[in-house]
This record gives sequence, C-alpha cells and structure tokens, in this order.
Amino acid sequence: MNDQPSRRGALKCLAFGGAGTLFALSGGIVTPVSLAAAAARPGAIAGKPLFLQISDTHIGFNKEANPDVAGTLKQTIDLVNAMKDKPALTLHTGDITHLSKPEEFDTAAQLLSGLKVTELHTTPGEHDVTDAGGVYMQRFGKPSANRGYYSFDSSGVHFIALINVLNFKPGGLGALGDEQIAWLADDLKGRPASQPIVVFAHMPLWTVYEPWGWGTGDADRAFALLRRFGSVTVLNGHIHQIVRKVEGNITFHTARSTAYPQPLAGEGPGPGPLKVDAALLPKMLGITTVGFAPHPADPAQAGATLTDTTIA
Amino acid sequence: MLKHALAALIALAPLPAFADATIVMKNFDFSPMAIAIDHGTTVVWKNLDGEPHTVVGLDGAFRSPALDQNDTFKFTFDKPGVYKYLCTIHPKMTGTITVK
Repeated sequence: MNDQPSRRGALKCLAFGGAGTLFALSGGIVTPVSLAAAAARPGAIAGKPLFLQISDTHIGFNKEANPDVAGTLKQTIDLVNAMKDKPALTLHTGDITHLSKPEEFDTAAQLLSGLKVTELHTTPGEHDVTDAGGVYMQRFGKPSANRGYYSFDSSGVHFIALINVLNFKPGGLGALGDEQIAWLADDLKGRPASQPIVVFAHMPLWTVYEPWGWGTGDADRAFALLRRFGSVTVLNGHIHQIVRKVEGNITFHTARSTAYPQPLAGEGPGPGPLKVDAALLPKMLGITTVGFAPHPADPAQAGATLTDTTIA
Repeated sequence: MLKHALAALIALAPLPAFADATIVMKNFDFSPMAIAIDHGTTVVWKNLDGEPHTVVGLDGAFRSPALDQNDTFKFTFDKPGVYKYLCTIHPKMTGTITVK
C-alpha cells in the first residue's frame, strides 16, 4: 500500500505537440497523451483514455491569427473521431465562443455535435459570458441549475466543473466566490480520499501570470478542500498554451486552444491572439486526453495520464 | 410671450452641443483611463484592439456587449457622480468617469 499522495498524483505530460490533450488515468496518475501520438501508436496510451479536453474554440473569431476557427475545430474533431480507443466523454473548458453571440453558440453546437465522443460537459470562459451569462446558461445551464458549477461521476472518477469568470473585481484575477466554495465543501464531504478527482474551469486555478490576470484569486480556498485527495487533476484553458505544475498530489494543466495561440506570459501588451506562420499554426492548436489506470504500486489507486496532441 | 416662444424654440432645438467624449481601448488599456465630463454628455468607447473588450459599470449603470475590433458603445451620463468601470474579459482594464 503506497500512501504517498505525491506519487499517486504525479502527472506526466507525454507530448507537448498538439491538437488537444487526452487524459488517461494510469497507475493512479492522470496522464495527458498527445492525440497524434495516440492515433499513430494505438498502444502508446496505457489503457483507454477516459476523457478528452477541448478548450478555447472561440467560434466567431475571424482575425488574421486564424481566419477559420471553425475549420481548425473540425480538424480537431476529425482527429478525435479517428482515434482507435475513444474516450467516454469530452470536457470543454470554455471560450466556446468569441463574443457570446447566440449564432456563435449555434455554430459551436453544430460543430461539436460531429464529435463521436458524444457526452459533453462544459464550463464557460469570459468570452462566453460577456452578457453576464444569459445566453450560455440558456444553452448549458441545466446541469448546474444556472449556477455554472456542478459535479458528476464517470468510471469511478469524480468530475467537478467550476466557474471562475463571473464577478471579476477591477484589476483582479478570476474568482470562485463564497457560494461556490461552500457548494464545493458540501460536494466533497464524505467522499473517500482514494477517489480520483478531476476539477475543470476556464481560467487557471493557480497563478500563472498575475499581471495578465492568469489565475484565480480565491482558488486556495478550494485547494484547502481538495488537498486530502490522493489524485487531483486540475484542468484549465484560457491561456492557449500548455503550462503544467505538480504540487504534491495535485496536478495542474492548461490546454491548448483549437483556435489560435497566445503569447508567452508578459510578451507584448496583453494576452491577445498571436499571429504565427500558417504552417506553424496547426502545431500550436490541439487537445488533451486523459486516462486513468491502476497505480503500479497500488492497483486500488487510479492515476491520471495526460496527453497533449496537436492537430498537425 | 417672447420668453415662451424662446423656450419653445430651445425645446425644439437639437440637444445642447456638449462635446461627446471618446475613450479608446488600445493595447489592453482604456485611454484616457479617467475623464471628467458634464452631465448629459455621451461617452463613446471604441475598441481598437484585435481582442474584444467590454465596458461594464461596477454599479450596474451601464453594460456593453462584447466589442470586437472597431466596435463602439455609447452611454449618456445624465446624473452626476463617479462611475468606475472595467472590461469583464480583461479585468485589469479599468476606467473612471467623473460626471459633474
């Protein structure tokens, strides 16, 4: 029996190339798997990936950084649909749309309905709620009773969707707020520490770069509740590039966008679309896949394996 | 009599020529960040960035939709006061309108 949460919770990023990240719970460890690698080498993923993370599709964006965001989302979907072992569900970590317009949500829904991984769970980005969340909640509010946060279980893993893009304070980071944190405490109460937890939200739940607001001001209060669990995987989007951190039994991972890259923290005036060479663009867009597999030292424990895959 | 006629004439005339104030959003800042205006002034915000921004009053007095590049939003400040606002997409961006 290995009770070292740091071992159970360790995260390995197998590839940083791609279209998305695939997560597999492997050896008690959530591991992201490059989709391209997964497609090319079916045996590369330890076990079938449990879920897929798509982020920052920004439907409605049409500037030079990517004039065809619908096209790159389609490429991403094709990549997923070509996977031999498809994950059971998809998480979309926000910025589904660019300007929160109903027609953008319509286009996004139509495109995402092409996914052969049909179970879709979402959390909004700040681009989805510029109307304070009305249109987003009409489309996606049901699982959360229009609060934006909710949880569910799949294959023994407890998934928690948090919302940190409403009620910004001036100059501030993302925020969860008292109500949501109270709900989280209740949601986790009595849950065994051995159950793998996946938390997903749009903005990073740790401070990646404070001057650009890349963080969540009150996330520490959530982690105080999560720290007792042996395997916690925290997934975000928002920054359109992969950044990861492992802290004890908690693994933090941000996914690529399917629309356009953003600059590295602090490079340039702000976190806007980054124009890159057309040939380079698909190598900067992608998904994450995650699988869970028994931990070698403790088969009763599941660990997540995360894989990032680019669309080309 | 003449006074009444004059009043009627003023009432029919276009609104007094308070200069509209323009604030641009550029490089993730409101510029100027703070302005003082007379009440009745219409403020126009224009987004020059390739990234969308919003203009949202902290007290809920005004709220723009997401403004894409070159989109504008107008609001007329009828009541004196200090109005603080931010961009809800980039909350580092803040501004203040002081209405006299």
